[in-house]
Amino acid sequence: MNPAAVRTQVRRAWAIAKKDIRIYYFKGPVLIFGIFMPVFLFLAFSMGGRQLPLEFLLPGLMGMTLFFTSTAVSPAIFPWEGQAKTLERLAACPITIEAIVLGDMAASALFGIGVTAVTLLIALGLGLPLLHGIVLGSAVFLAAFCFSALGIILAAPPTNVPSNIMMLSSLLKFPLVFISGIFIPLEQLPAWGMALAVCSPLTYLTDLVRYAFTGAHYFPVPIDIAALIAFTLLFTAGAMRLHRRSLPRRV
Amino acid sequence: MPGVIEASDLTKIFGGITAVDHISFDVHEGEIFGFLGPNGAGKTTTTRMLTGIIPMDGGSVTIFGHNMGRDPVLAKQRFGIVPETSNAYVDLTAWQNLMLMAELYGLDRDRAAQRSLDLLETLGLSERRDQKVQGYSKGMKQRLILAMALLHEPELLFLDEPTSGLDVQSTRMILSMLRALNTDGTTIFLTTHNMEEANRLCDRVGIIREGRIVAIDAPEKLKAAIDRLHQIEVSFDGEIPAEELVSLDGITGAERRGDKWQITADNPDQAIRSLVSFSGRHGAAILFLHTLAPSLDDVFLRLTGEERP
Ligand SMILES: Nc1ncnc2c1ncn2[C@@H]1O[C@H](COP(=O)(O)OP(=O)(O)OP(=O)(O)O)[C@@H](O)[C@H]1O
Ligand SMILES: [Mg+2]
Repeated sequence: MNPAAVRTQVRRAWAIAKKDIRIYYFKGPVLIFGIFMPVFLFLAFSMGGRQLPLEFLLPGLMGMTLFFTSTAVSPAIFPWEGQAKTLERLAACPITIEAIVLGDMAASALFGIGVTAVTLLIALGLGLPLLHGIVLGSAVFLAAFCFSALGIILAAPPTNVPSNIMMLSSLLKFPLVFISGIFIPLEQLPAWGMALAVCSPLTYLTDLVRYAFTGAHYFPVPIDIAALIAFTLLFTAGAMRLHRRSLPRRV
Repeated sequence: MPGVIEASDLTKIFGGITAVDHISFDVHEGEIFGFLGPNGAGKTTTTRMLTGIIPMDGGSVTIFGHNMGRDPVLAKQRFGIVPETSNAYVDLTAWQNLMLMAELYGLDRDRAAQRSLDLLETLGLSERRDQKVQGYSKGMKQRLILAMALLHEPELLFLDEPTSGLDVQSTRMILSMLRALNTDGTTIFLTTHNMEEANRLCDRVGIIREGRIVAIDAPEKLKAAIDRLHQIEVSFDGEIPAEELVSLDGITGAERRGDKWQITADNPDQAIRSLVSFSGRHGAAILFLHTLAPSLDDVFLRLTGEERP
């Protein structure tokens, strides 16, 4: 066994992910930001937004749920572990920082996928037909990793106060929802809004989910997928790089 | 024989303050190396650089020949660590913490389970293994952390003040475990404040002060080195000629204190031999003889400049 081999490191990353699932899924802030917020918004908009048809609204809300849940756990893990002094333990273990980040991403992505699967069941229960299951599956899978990597990037400032990071991530997360074609169709966005929308990975996810349910889309499907892949790679590389630098300042 | 740990020119600077200042030393296979120094001397910072927790600002470290800068994973695979601040996952049970370590070090499941059972038993934690660490006392946490460090049977163990703040029982348990491990061949790097502990346990000690190593040697040699002039107390059952006593080989001075003589010796071994033959010549039996060697405490205070003579 070569401890530094990629296969070994991926297996150790999975150990990190399992630990995260055990510990962090049930922490208060994760539950609140991860589940109750989207459910709350879901209800608020489905009551207030009667002018929008269900088949427009539901895919957007699914995308939003995935976004909120995938970014619920990931920003908090590093600050929590820094505070609890468990990060020092991980730093002395034969695992690379890249593998730690990958494990945290996996845990966070699985949380997002799980909760989103529940909203999918709700959507199906409400009678929405699923036209392109494979597209939906791959879009959700990719985007879950993309968003969790984004969440980990938000944790890069080396503060060990989780609430600071939570605040920062809320500041970024909420505006993103409004420029990503969830409540306002992309066709109706002004030019500046469009310019912002193309920079948000959530835009491409929403477009794909909507395509999966209604067949309608704004960007061509391959472009949506390619954009999600590009964002995922970019965020993952960024998260690994930033944490390689900030980890020594946390322990 | 190559060193298990080879540190050369190790340096760490925190915002303009040099916490560790170009230190170099080797730790040999099979020894217990004590790392001593006053608060803030740079012990923890050094330990963290040796174990790859924080990057060094200069110098290099190799562990069993693996360069910490180039191959950190290979180096880290070879040692276990008990850090200064307690850090098991409090939301997990002892068992879950151990299984996490097993996976991070790549142990197979059966071996991990067997090792964990053994270690929990040895460290007296078997009954609490399925309880969350949150509810553990400080001593129990520290014992668990030791178990986590030992799970993969490392050939090298780092401990940063493993017994500070623990009661006598936990301290004894940990120290006797360290001794047993060392007997079985584990090399140990131990940071401590406790001179008694270092004196009894360590083959060699390094003393660090303000980021610099001021001495490295066996405790007995360090003690011998700081005080060339030893004190010997002796008493005889009859009168002896004082002027002759002073002129004996190895003795530089003698002073009467009640029924004892306080002797200053530049060569304690020679002095004791002289005293024995002297007592024979004068028919005065030795009732009492006591050498007052400097303690490691004296060495420490002298070398770290906290004693103002
Ligand atoms: N993360 C850090 N940031 C800034 N300064 C630090 C940091 N860690 C340590 N120092 C400084 O480096 C110096 C050495 O600290 P270190 O913790 O290594 O001492 P120590 O010998 O372990 O002391 P103690 O016996 O109290 O544990 C101190 O002056 C300390 O203030
Ligand atoms: Mg210290």
